[in-house]
Amino acid sequence: MTSIILLSIFGILNLFMGFMRSNKVLLPGAMLLLLAVFGANLADWNVVHAPYFNNMLVVDNYTVAFTGIVVLTTIVLLPFSRSYVVAGETNLAEYYALLLFSLVGAVMMIGYNHLIMLFVGIEILSISMYVLAGSSKRDSRSNEAALKYFLMGAFATGILLFGIALLYGATGTFVLSDLAGAVAAPENASLQPMLYIGILMMIIGIGFKVSAAPFHFWTPDVYEGTPTFFTAFMSTVVKTAGFAAFLKLLAVALPGAQGFWLPTIQAMCALTLLLGNVGAAVQTSTKRMLAYSSVSHAGYLLIGLVASRGNLTGDAASGIFFYSLAYSIATIAAFGVLKLVADHRQRDDYAALNGLGKTNPLLAFSMTVAMLSLAGIPLTGGFFGKFFLLAAAAGQGYIGLVVFAVIMSMVGLYYYLRPLIAMYLRPAEEGATPVPVDGIQTATLALLALLSIVLGIVPGFLSGIL
Amino acid sequence: MDQTIPEVIRTVPLQYYVFFASALFAIGVTGVLVRRNAIIIFMCVELMLNAVNILLTAFSAYRADPNGQIFVFFIMAVAAAEVSVGLGIIVMIYRNFQTTDVNLLSRLKW
Repeated sequence: MTSIILLSIFGILNLFMGFMRSNKVLLPGAMLLLLAVFGANLADWNVVHAPYFNNMLVVDNYTVAFTGIVVLTTIVLLPFSRSYVVAGETNLAEYYALLLFSLVGAVMMIGYNHLIMLFVGIEILSISMYVLAGSSKRDSRSNEAALKYFLMGAFATGILLFGIALLYGATGTFVLSDLAGAVAAPENASLQPMLYIGILMMIIGIGFKVSAAPFHFWTPDVYEGTPTFFTAFMSTVVKTAGFAAFLKLLAVALPGAQGFWLPTIQAMCALTLLLGNVGAAVQTSTKRMLAYSSVSHAGYLLIGLVASRGNLTGDAASGIFFYSLAYSIATIAAFGVLKLVADHRQRDDYAALNGLGKTNPLLAFSMTVAMLSLAGIPLTGGFFGKFFLLAAAAGQGYIGLVVFAVIMSMVGLYYYLRPLIAMYLRPAEEGATPVPVDGIQTATLALLALLSIVLGIVPGFLSGIL
Repeated sequence: MDQTIPEVIRTVPLQYYVFFASALFAIGVTGVLVRRNAIIIFMCVELMLNAVNILLTAFSAYRADPNGQIFVFFIMAVAAAEVSVGLGIIVMIYRNFQTTDVNLLSRLKW
């Protein structure tokens, strides 16, 4: 709750800092504000709060843990907006403010206990992202990404809302904890078809937002067209918040309808893994590959939803937390390096990375750790993320799904190694100059690589906390 | 004529509201999938939202529970915010491309 209030106030404060017409103050300012939010959020750990606003919003360890991920992700993302500062971007204050406001939406999606809050949270997050996707106004690709994201997002919202309306018709309540009883109540048994159609439409609506197949088709286009800085935000914060909301919905409100949604999610999971990994393998642009890879990671996270079987605590929920954290850290590093390289070399295919190991050893190392973590190689956070999720699923007896996921992660190895081959084995172009990186970006990239490795060596301190 | 509004709503059987809202929703979905003009697609999305509003109001009146009607206010407010951003994006597209036909926007693979 404090994090929502602080983020809202700081967002407005950030807009006012824009009046000073000094972009140099804005970046450290925004980072400090977010650090304050991160601290205030952590102070709520293990503190029991009564539900806020008539049971609409709850702050428990689940909320604190996932809020921590989204705020931390945004803090480490901000240094990569340096190119805007240097270029004298006039709307920088608005960009930061929109990022802070969209974080408010993310926190509401994580902490909701009432479907109104879920809807309002999703919309706050999405509407800010529509604007940011089109923030590069003269670039036709950014325009197109904004339009596609907006139309698909609004369409998905409509489907989600119709699902909520049917769920309300079948149960008569919006409160998550009451829904669980109402779904199983015998007097509502005659309304089961309506209930199931409602659940299905809600799954479709949220599936659009977290880009789970078969509703992922907008993802590569939108991620490719959006300015890289905001793509990184989309593929980490939006996905983490979306999965936190998804898990909460299925685990708190709908455990009674498990027989219906478990097979649905299982099918979506297998399809997402297949389409995400095969799609990524055939790409030639690094950014588009990362977009498809984010689809495939949605598939791994869906395994966690299957394994949770309606529990908000335990192995599967902790696995989703750990995976989201490891994935966010690695993705920010990958997009950060890609942004720096693409800004300098004016291209974003694999060949843009050629010879980076010679010209910029640090960038190449950081990208290497990120790619290995995304691929799930041991000694990186991504390995334990996958391990926890797959172990939880295997423990529940979903052996087929686990085997399929392992096969798919081998396909993943193929496309995650391609940037490494380009960086270390291909020579740089004639006269390629080193990519300029300033101090704060160097420090952030080093920190991200360190975090990935620490999570891969001593995962114990963050695993099993939920 | 001293009926309250929920009573008036209840004079029509509930399933008629469900059929009507579903039909409206289906028209909206079909429009989004079939039409190629960004503004028409956008109008169809609004149609979907209005179908939801009708459904929520009808359920709310029949269950004598105000929550559903409160939800409608939230949907209206958020839809208004979405309209302003959406029209802004469409105006930006029109300035750069001189068209709002989504088929012509294929610089990125769809």
